[in-house]
Amino acid sequence: MNGVVFDIAHMLAGSLVLVSMMMLYQDRLYALLNVFALHSLILTLSVAWQAFVQDAPHLYVTAAIALVFKAIVIPVVLHRMIRQLGIHREIETVVGIGPTMLAGIGLVALATVVMLRVTPEADPLAREDLAFALSVLLLGLLIMVTRRNAVSQVVGFMSLENGLVLAATGAKGMPLVVEISVAFSILVAFIVIGVFLFRIRERFDTVDVRALDDFKGRRRK
Amino acid sequence: MTAVSSVLTFDAVTAILVIPIVAAIFLALLPGYRMTARLNVFTSLLTLLAALSLLVTKRPIPGQYLLVDDLNIVFIVLNSFVGFTTSIFSASYIAHELEIGRLTPANLRFYHAMYQIMMFGMNLAFVSNNIGLMWVAVELATLTTVLMVGIYRTHEALEAAWKYFILGSVGIAFALFGTILVYLAAQPVVGEGYDAMVWTILVDHASAFDPALLNVAFVFLLLGYGTKVGLAPLHAWLPDAHAEGPTPISAVLSGLLLNVALYAVLRFKMLLSANPDALAPGPLMMTMGLASLIFAAFMLYRRRDIKRLFAYSSIEHMGIIVFAFGLGGPIANFAGLLHMVMHSLTKSAIFFAVGHIAQIKGTQRLSAIRGLSETHPGLGWGLLTGVVAIAGLPPAGIFMSEFLIVSSAFAQQPLLAVPLVLGLFLAFGALLLRLTGAVFGQPRGSTAPAEASYVPMYAHLALVLVAGVYLPSELVAWFLHIANLLR
Repeated sequence: MNGVVFDIAHMLAGSLVLVSMMMLYQDRLYALLNVFALHSLILTLSVAWQAFVQDAPHLYVTAAIALVFKAIVIPVVLHRMIRQLGIHREIETVVGIGPTMLAGIGLVALATVVMLRVTPEADPLAREDLAFALSVLLLGLLIMVTRRNAVSQVVGFMSLENGLVLAATGAKGMPLVVEISVAFSILVAFIVIGVFLFRIRERFDTVDVRALDDFKGRRRK
Repeated sequence: MTAVSSVLTFDAVTAILVIPIVAAIFLALLPGYRMTARLNVFTSLLTLLAALSLLVTKRPIPGQYLLVDDLNIVFIVLNSFVGFTTSIFSASYIAHELEIGRLTPANLRFYHAMYQIMMFGMNLAFVSNNIGLMWVAVELATLTTVLMVGIYRTHEALEAAWKYFILGSVGIAFALFGTILVYLAAQPVVGEGYDAMVWTILVDHASAFDPALLNVAFVFLLLGYGTKVGLAPLHAWLPDAHAEGPTPISAVLSGLLLNVALYAVLRFKMLLSANPDALAPGPLMMTMGLASLIFAAFMLYRRRDIKRLFAYSSIEHMGIIVFAFGLGGPIANFAGLLHMVMHSLTKSAIFFAVGHIAQIKGTQRLSAIRGLSETHPGLGWGLLTGVVAIAGLPPAGIFMSEFLIVSSAFAQQPLLAVPLVLGLFLAFGALLLRLTGAVFGQPRGSTAPAEASYVPMYAHLALVLVAGVYLPSELVAWFLHIANLLR
């Protein structure tokens, strides 16, 4: 394994985890979207690097999708949506920033321990990529759990998907099926954002998910 | 001759995929609910016929993408049968929804198109021989149901759809991660590229895979697809989705979509059992199954909403089925398979009854539904029969499968049989307690006559009752053969 090739892949995947951690302490929606755009940009670089290293041109398509949709279109659309709908711009968290960051560190440690232990014989590039990917996935989950706003939950979900793309591209020679499915899930994120935010807006004045929870309290079970 | 039959078989597999897709396009474009509802029924019938033809024609050789074997034929036939009967129920159900203005004609086009796309997704998940393709298909089926659950656009419906979407996508993410790990485990043995995702090839080579990687993969897959099955810690979406969406969707969710996820879990379980060094998938599945059963059995007691009640009952039964498959062995697997078929038929029949009842009474509150046997004998007795069957009383088929599961649990794991029996009794008590008042008792609420379609409901119940008394020996032999395949 060429040292430089390995180091760059490693650095990009590591930065992705770092940016996921950055998402954990954002308390403004715009800032969160900007960080998400950065997240997707790093993913693009990482995927493109894998395409180059593995000599797998079809991965460039995945990189392009990540760049165009996730780094540009979705953040811009969400920005506009927030402005036009007059959504609260503060992010309301369920748990404080401190405990969330600690939980995040714990999850990254967990992911690393699990993945490195079970893959001693795998290709080291794929192996560490997987550890990073699982970290990103778990951090995305953490964002979804600790945020109340629907928009930040969607962002959490998309960062989780970025982790999946990282894992899929790290697995050498994984067939095109995965790229199709990934493109597919981007589409899904798109539809869901449109449909759900629009519909939620139709009924509620806020996109704060707690408004939904409040309603639940009054409902007969 | 062989050439002719091979052409025929190819057609059958293609047909169950192409018919729903073509129909979805037409249904999205055509106006007028009467015609589209009929078209929906007609295409579902065509899909059912195509599925049935799989039974008699020669099967295609497993390819890179598609596979037809003994296991998935059961699922496909069950799927298209319930899909067909539900479409008949749906036609009369939506007529009423249009009348009272809960749905608009535009909603309806969307609804019918989504119904067929969902059928396509489920059939594709069953016939796919490629674990990546299977993942895509399960996701497609899930997303269409998310959209349909939210179709009424009420507070509750939106909340249910949102919860379903969030939990469902977390499940789907875990499942994809597990799928990637399986690929990585296969890659050194099978080689890079498509082959390392083809299920038949994976099973043949599974004994040489790295067991540690396979173990982690299975944990992710079980959690991921288990979310869709509605297993205990991850079931939170299920009651809301059942209660707030249109009732035909509740019927297909309980009767079919849960099976799709279960099917995926079973496929990966077979993969893991083929590797002697990997962890035994049984204990994990048994734990989750038992937890779901006990939890749901307790939850049944506090329900006030009739659709929620039966949603929890679905969690309970999926728990029993997963427990049976986790227990393993020919008899438990046989019973699990039988229980799955019986549960799908009974639960969808119950939802057919519940759908009409809720429409007549204008509410889903259990306290408002009383004395159905007097005011609406057709629905009341149908519901009662369904509840008796689902609670596991003889002579229904569920009694037989539960009896087999309990007896093989006593034979293999006597300690685990205790919570199993406890859970069954708890659920039994809860269902009868809640439902006797609804069927007998003093009539309450609207007594308007029902414009119901009784045929699907009674057809399902008849099948379940007959299965409890008499199972054709061919069917038994076939299910036993599958049970041996599953190990």
